[in-house]
Amino acid sequence: MELLRSFAFGQYVPVESPVHRLDPRTKILAALALVAGTFAIGTFAGLAVLTVFLAAAIAAGRIAPGYVVRGLRPVFWLLAIAVALQVLFGEGGGHPVFRRGPLVVTRENLLLGAFYGYRVVLLVVATTLMMFTTSPVELTDGMERLLRPFRRAGVPAHELALMMTIALRFIPTLLEETEKIMKAQMARGAEFSQGSLVRRARALVPLLVPLFVGAFRRADALALAMEARCYRGGEHRTRMRQLEMRRADYVALAVVAVAIAVALGPPAAWHAP
Amino acid sequence: MIRCESVTYVYQRGTPVETTALADVSLEIRSGEIVGIIGATGSGKSTLVQHFNGLLRPTRGRVYLDDVDIHAREVDRRRLRQQIGLLFQYPEHQLFEETVSADVAFGPRNLGVAGQELDRRVRGALERVGLDPDRFGPRSPFALSNGEMRRVAIAGILAMEPRMLILDEPTAGLDPLSRQEILDHIRRLHDERGLTIVLVSHSMDAVARLCRRLIVMDRGRVVADGAARSVFADPARLAALGLGLPQVTLCAQRLRERGLPVRPDVLTVEEGRAAILEAVAVRARGAS
Repeated sequence: MELLRSFAFGQYVPVESPVHRLDPRTKILAALALVAGTFAIGTFAGLAVLTVFLAAAIAAGRIAPGYVVRGLRPVFWLLAIAVALQVLFGEGGGHPVFRRGPLVVTRENLLLGAFYGYRVVLLVVATTLMMFTTSPVELTDGMERLLRPFRRAGVPAHELALMMTIALRFIPTLLEETEKIMKAQMARGAEFSQGSLVRRARALVPLLVPLFVGAFRRADALALAMEARCYRGGEHRTRMRQLEMRRADYVALAVVAVAIAVALGPPAAWHAP
Repeated sequence: MIRCESVTYVYQRGTPVETTALADVSLEIRSGEIVGIIGATGSGKSTLVQHFNGLLRPTRGRVYLDDVDIHAREVDRRRLRQQIGLLFQYPEHQLFEETVSADVAFGPRNLGVAGQELDRRVRGALERVGLDPDRFGPRSPFALSNGEMRRVAIAGILAMEPRMLILDEPTAGLDPLSRQEILDHIRRLHDERGLTIVLVSHSMDAVARLCRRLIVMDRGRVVADGAARSVFADPARLAALGLGLPQVTLCAQRLRERGLPVRPDVLTVEEGRAAILEAVAVRARGAS
C-alpha cells in the first residue's frame, strides 16, 4: 500500500551536484535541444554520441543509474508496442530474416525498430534527467522566465507557471489522500484489486467521490489563503529567488551544442539506416 | 486478542528517503480493554494501528489475532477487517454516498449483509452514535455539520459489528461539545456493548478520561506501557517526549508544588475535585 514508491518518473532527487546547481533555464533549454537533436539524428553513431553525453551528464548529476532505469518504466509498454508494430508491420521489401504466414520480419525493419525505440529511450532519459536535477519550483521559475518575452503575444506566462507550481505541489498531497481514502474504504471491506473490470470500476466510486470533494475543499482553502496574502496575479510581483546565468551555464549550453553537432555528423549521413 | 511480536515497519524501502516508522514493537491488547496510544506527531501511532487490521504488512515481525497470524494464507482479510474496526483521522473525508443510510450500509454490504438485517444494522449503528435514523438517514452526508459527519463515519464502522474499535484522533478539529459527545459515545460502546477500544490521540485529556492503560510511543518505539496513573506520574519524562499532562493532573501537581497536599495522580475532573476538597479539609484540620 505505498503508492508513492512507484512514482519515480519526474521526481526531483535532492542531492548536491554541478548539474543541480545550473540555472533552471539552462537545463530546460538543454533538454529541449536534446529532444530536437534526437529527432534530427539519423544514424546509430549519432545516437551513440548522445548516449555517451547523457551518461556523462547523469554521472555529473550524481543520479544513481537505477533511478534513470526506473524513470523509463512508465513508458516501457508504449515503447514495446511501438517497436513491435514497426518490426511486424513496417514497410515491405528488404531482407527477410523470419517468415510466418502473412508476417514477414526484415532486417531493415528490425534495425528501424531498434533505432526508433532507442531514440525514444534517449528522449525520456534527457527529460527525466532535467526533472531529477531541477526542483519543481526552480523548473516553473525557469519556464516563467523563458516565456516572458512571449507575454506580448498574449501568453499568460505567470499564470501558466503558477498553475504548474500548484499542480506539481498537489501531486504528492493527492497521492497521499488517495492512499488514505483507499485504506479507509478497505477498512470497511472494500476491495480495489479483485473482481471483474466492471466491479473494479464500480469500486472506484467510494474512492473518487471523496477525492474530488477533498480537492475542491483544498482549492477553496488555497484560494482564500492566497487572497489573504494579497495575491493579485503577476503584475508588480518581485521574486525571492533571482535567476542568474553564470559561466557554468554558458559552458554547459556550449557542451550540449557541441554534443548535438557531433551527433548530427556531416550532412551526408542525414538519412535513416 | 491482538498481539504484535517485534513488529518493524520501514516506509519507502530501498530509496534515499527510507524511514523506519516502527522499530521492534511488541505488545498485546486483550479483549475488553480500553487502551490509549499516545505519542508526539510522527512517533508511529497511526502506522502501528494500521498493522492491527492488516492494512500494513510488517517489514519484520508478526501480528496475531487470537493467536492466528493475520497474514497467514488462510486468513480472510474481509473477516479480519470486520472484526477489527479502524477509523482513520478525519473520517468524515471518506463519506461518499448520497444518503447517510447508504453510507453507513457500505461496510456491512461489502460483507454480504442485505435486506432486513442490513436495515437493522444501519439503524442500530446510527442510534449508537446519537443520530436519529429517521431524521438523519435520508439526508446527504455532505449537508451535515463536522461533528455529525464524524459520527456518521463512526456508525459506518459500527454497522460492521466489530469486536474491537480503533479510533485515530477521533476528536481532532471538533468543538468542545462535539468532542465531549464523541468521547461519551465511545465510553458507552465499551461499557454497555463490551467493545475493545484503542484510542490513538495526542489529547492527554481524552485518553485520561477514557483509558485505564496507556501505551507511549516515541520515534517508532514503545517507551512506556502501563496504567494511565503511573504514566502521568512522571511529567518530566512525558515532557521530554513532547507530551504533556491532562489539564486536571497538571492543576493538581501545581497545587501540590504550592504546598496544598493534593494527590498528584488524578485523571478526571471529578477525581480532581474530590482530591482538592480532601486536601483542603486536611489542611483545615491541621490548622485548627
